[in-house]
Order: sequence, then C-alpha cells, then structure tokens
Amino acid sequence: MSAVTQDTAVSTGRVTRAFIYLVLILFALFYLLPLYVMGVNSLKPLEEITGGNMMALPSTWTLDPWRSAWSTAQIGVEPTGLKPYFLNSILMVVPAVAISTIVGALNGYVLTKWRFRGDTWVFGLMLFSCFIPFQIVLIPMAVVLGKLGLAGSVPGLILVHVVYGIGFTTLYFRNYYAAFPTELVRAAMIDGAGFFRIFWRILLPVSGPIAVVSVIWQFTNIWNDFLFGASFGGTSQPMTVALNNLVQSSTGVKEYNVHFAGAILAALPTLIVYIVAGRYFVRGLMAGSVKG
Amino acid sequence: MGFLDIRNVTKSYGQVEVLHRVDIAVEEGEFLVLVGPSGCGKSTLLNMIAGLEGISAGEIAIKGRVVNGVHPSKRNIAMVFQSYALYPNMTVGQNMTFGLEMHGVPKPERDRALADVAKLLQIETLLDRKPGQLSGGQRQRVAMGRALVRNPDVFLFDEPLSNLDAKLRVDMRTEIKKLHQKLKTTIVYVTHDQIEALTLSTRIAVMNKGHVQQLGTPKEIYDTPANVFVATFMGSPAMNIVPAKIVLRDGHPHAALTDADGTLQHLRFSQGNLGAWEGRDILLGIRPEAITDPEGADRKSHNIVALRNRVTVTEPAGADTFVTMTLSGKDAIARMRADANVAPGQVFDFAVNMEKAVAFDPETEQRIA
Repeated sequence: MSAVTQDTAVSTGRVTRAFIYLVLILFALFYLLPLYVMGVNSLKPLEEITGGNMMALPSTWTLDPWRSAWSTAQIGVEPTGLKPYFLNSILMVVPAVAISTIVGALNGYVLTKWRFRGDTWVFGLMLFSCFIPFQIVLIPMAVVLGKLGLAGSVPGLILVHVVYGIGFTTLYFRNYYAAFPTELVRAAMIDGAGFFRIFWRILLPVSGPIAVVSVIWQFTNIWNDFLFGASFGGTSQPMTVALNNLVQSSTGVKEYNVHFAGAILAALPTLIVYIVAGRYFVRGLMAGSVKG
Repeated sequence: MGFLDIRNVTKSYGQVEVLHRVDIAVEEGEFLVLVGPSGCGKSTLLNMIAGLEGISAGEIAIKGRVVNGVHPSKRNIAMVFQSYALYPNMTVGQNMTFGLEMHGVPKPERDRALADVAKLLQIETLLDRKPGQLSGGQRQRVAMGRALVRNPDVFLFDEPLSNLDAKLRVDMRTEIKKLHQKLKTTIVYVTHDQIEALTLSTRIAVMNKGHVQQLGTPKEIYDTPANVFVATFMGSPAMNIVPAKIVLRDGHPHAALTDADGTLQHLRFSQGNLGAWEGRDILLGIRPEAITDPEGADRKSHNIVALRNRVTVTEPAGADTFVTMTLSGKDAIARMRADANVAPGQVFDFAVNMEKAVAFDPETEQRIA
C-alpha cells in the first residue's frame, strides 16, 4: 500500500518532471535567442555580420559599436550618438513616473477613504481613460500643449505621460486601498491626524507592493513610448525616437552592430527595473486577492 | 444635565431614518452599554458620539459643550475599535502615543504617559513589537492602552471583544470591568452580546430598529423588561413568552393556560393591577430560572405556584439542566438544578416563581404588569 501524502502540490513522477523541465528550458532558450543575437552581433565588427553567420560568436571582440551607438553615431543629421536622447528619456521618465504614482496614490486614498457623492462616477471616468487609444488624443493634445507653451519640450512630454498614466495608477491604488481597513483611518482621525498626515503616516508605509507595481508599469510604458515622443518630442526627443532615427536612416551603410548595441541600450533600463523589482511586481498584483 | 448628553438625536440617510430621537443622559463614571441586534443603530450612535458620522437632528454634548460638527480629535474622546485598528507599520509604543504626538504633546510627557499605561495593562514588554507579532488578547490590550494614554473624557468601545475566542472574551470582560472600577471613567460600550451588556454595564440601552426600547440598570432590564423585544433579547435562554388569559379567582388575577395534555391550569399573579384585563388575552413572560423543581424554588419568594406538565426534552448543560415543555402550544424552557430527577415523557410537578412573572399586551407587546 502506498502512503497517502498530504502534499497539496500535484505530485509527478521522475520522468514527467524531467520532461517538464526539458520543455521549459527549450522555451527559455527560444525566448532568449533574440537577446543572444543582439548581444553577439553588437560585439563584432560589421564585416563579420555582413559576411557571415549571424548566430556565430565574434571572432574579433570589439566594443566599438557600443561606443559609436552611445556617443558618435549619426542620429538624424547630428553625429551625437544616443547619449543626449538617453538623458532626455531619463529626464522625462523619472518625474513622469513619480508624479503619476503620487497622484494615483492620492486619488486612490480619496476615492476609498474620503468618499463623496458621485465618487464612483469619478472613478469610472478615470478608468475610462485607460481605454482611450493614444492616436485619438494626438491632435487635441497638440493643441493643449501649444496653448500651454510646452510643445516640443521635456515638461510637455511629462505632462502627456502623467495625464495618460493617472488612470492606471488610480486604478491600482484604489483597489489596493479598498482592502485597507477604514477603521485605521478613523482611529487616526480620532488621534488627531489630518488628511495628509493620515496618508503619509498610516497608508503610505504599507503601500510598498502597489507602489512597485505602479512604478514598473509607468516606467516601462513611458520609457517604451514612441508615439507621444515622436509627436510631441520636438527638440527633446526620447530614446525610442532616436533609436528609430538611428536604425531607419536610409542613407549610408547599415551598421547592424551599432543598431544592435543601440537597441540594447534602449531596452536596458526597463530590463533592470524588471530584474530588480520584478518579484514585488507579481506580489503587488496579487495583493488583496488572496487572504494572508 | 449629564456628563455626556444625547438629546433627541436622529440620523437619516436621505429619506431613510435609521435612528429616531434618541435621548440618553450619561453621568460621569457611568458604564453605558448600547445593546441590540445588528442593524439596530447602536454603532451609528457611537460613531455620532465620536464624530465619525454627522448628526441629522438633535445634539450631543460632552461636559456641557455641544459637539455637533466638532472634529473627532477635538472632542476629547478615545475609541477602541472592533478590529483594534492598530497601525501595522508602527510599534506598540508608537501606536499608543500617536494621538499624543498629533496633539503636540512633548516627547518626555508622552513617554511618561506611555510608561504609566503600559504598567497598568501589563504590556511593558510588548512596547517595541509590531501589532502583527501580537496575539488577539495582546492587541486588545494595546488598543485599550492607546485609548487610555489620551486620558479622554469619554471612552467609546465598539464591540471590542467580538474578535476574541470565547475563553479570552470572558477574561477580557472581567479585565474591562476591573479597569472601569479602578479608573472610574465614563464609558459608552456597544455590543450585540446581552451577557456582556448585563455583566459590564451600570446602565443599558436596549436598541432595536433605531429606537431605544428601554434604558435602565441591568436589574431593571432583566426583571422588568419594557416590552417583548427586550424580554426575549436579554437573557439566555430567552424569557418564555406564552399566550394566556386573565381570570379572577378570589379577587386575584390568574394566568390561565393549557398544558401539554390540553388541561387548563391557573397561575396566580403577584401583581394586582391586572384586574382590568379580566377575560382578555395577554402574553405571560417567565424567565427559565423561575420555573424549577419544587426543591430548587426560590425560598424568598412569596408566590411559588405549582404547575403540572409533561416534559418533552431535557438538556443537561453541566451546571444546569434545561427542561423543555409545551405551554399553551408554545415551547417553554425551565432551568433546573443539574441533579434534578427529570426524564423526557414524564409528567413533572414544576414550581413557578410568579413573583418574577411579567405580562405583556399581545397587541402592542408592551409590558402591562
């Protein structure tokens, strides 16, 4: 007689398990293939790519494509490399993420703990903004930015992304704070804490997981955005637009190794954010759905 | 004028009135319990005293100062919540002194107050822990400590024991009572547990459907309930309510009711004022402990009446044995001594202490005697 196991996990035999791992490894390799191709090709001279196998390791290792992509490659008409655009992206992403997350947290706080007549409507309308396609708002947005005198500038892009992101960040924080006991807020009121004090001292310290979700979501979206950057970037275009200009240049030799290096540079920040905060991301998304 | 005055307070949400002209004056040092089934408006009333909910009409005054519209933190009250509502990110010490900090009390003074209260509640060793590391009973103590540190005029308790297991609840109940006797503070306490209400309070307000049904000392509420609702809500097992007819014999009012075999039996009332009800139907109310075996009857009572009836069920419960019988077609429960010799199906001679009996008008369900 076999012993009855109390294990709740699905138990499998050795062979099945080996098969599962094999399949998983194959899929992982398949998904990592593009990164491999980008990596190896960004480290070899151009002749090796045009003359031979894309998949092979470099026979002469070189960092020149990276240097070129970073500081000397021809972007549009200027040989500046991606460096200034990378800076533009940082200058845009950091404030945009910070502002939209803070505003989203405040919105969530008000919509759950300081409820007012019609608050569900307000929330519904904010949710609605999550479903509006980018393209629809391009022209009205251009008009507004023009009137505000922010067209073609980093602050203009920050405004656009904050406006667009608030719907999502509000959704995250509202749902997170909805599970936060209202009795705590009442206790703090009796203790004499005001609106901002309660937010700062009681709610924010326990908002870690959802703040991570909001930051990752906003960071990846804003960093990877191309449409708003191309439309409203003007002289302060972000990394994505510059990468496009680098790769899509129709004159001269196509420097694939430089393109690969540039593409990795453009993808690196989001990759780092995911690796550093990824596990909190899943934890935060799951928060509240399971008790304990 | 009391220490805490609730004058004609009404609460309505839109067209719906949930609390109707509540009028209670609480004296200094009193322990008032608001008790009632869920949805009776007791927590709403407490929240209105705390200032967490607005007052639709009427006024609430603390120490003679009308506090309608005064912010909760400026009413000098403290509240203990059902979920304890301890701030999860702060230590026990920080939790307890948060209110003082918000009120701008300097650090040395806060520390002194904290040390005093921690000693009183014997939680000195817990001060550096987070609420998540505490057991239910410890959290309960900390929640009370947070209220005590403020040294408020009025303490408000919102079902503070309902999250504890049965044994701990009894211990904490005793502890709250001890604390009240020691500190002589004014307390308003909300519960749906009638035993908590009877044991803790100096006065009880029994509430139902937004009305105060009766306001009185635990003894008044228990012995002379104002109506059928109060009679059945307070006490466990509930008071037996059976239909009966008033008949006069030798000038004394008697309750005529039928036993399990359909025989008419007459129980003489101690109250003389039921003469006017002669020939009319009433509801007779008898507490289970007023129906016993003859040996177990109250010797001080002047009106023990015999009742012969068939036993349907017996339920031994350790200290007592509960005996069920049928009276006028309704189940009635008698509370016997554990060793009373009684078996189901047996015809038994019960002793009814009619001094403790009450009578209700079957139409209005108000007590008439």
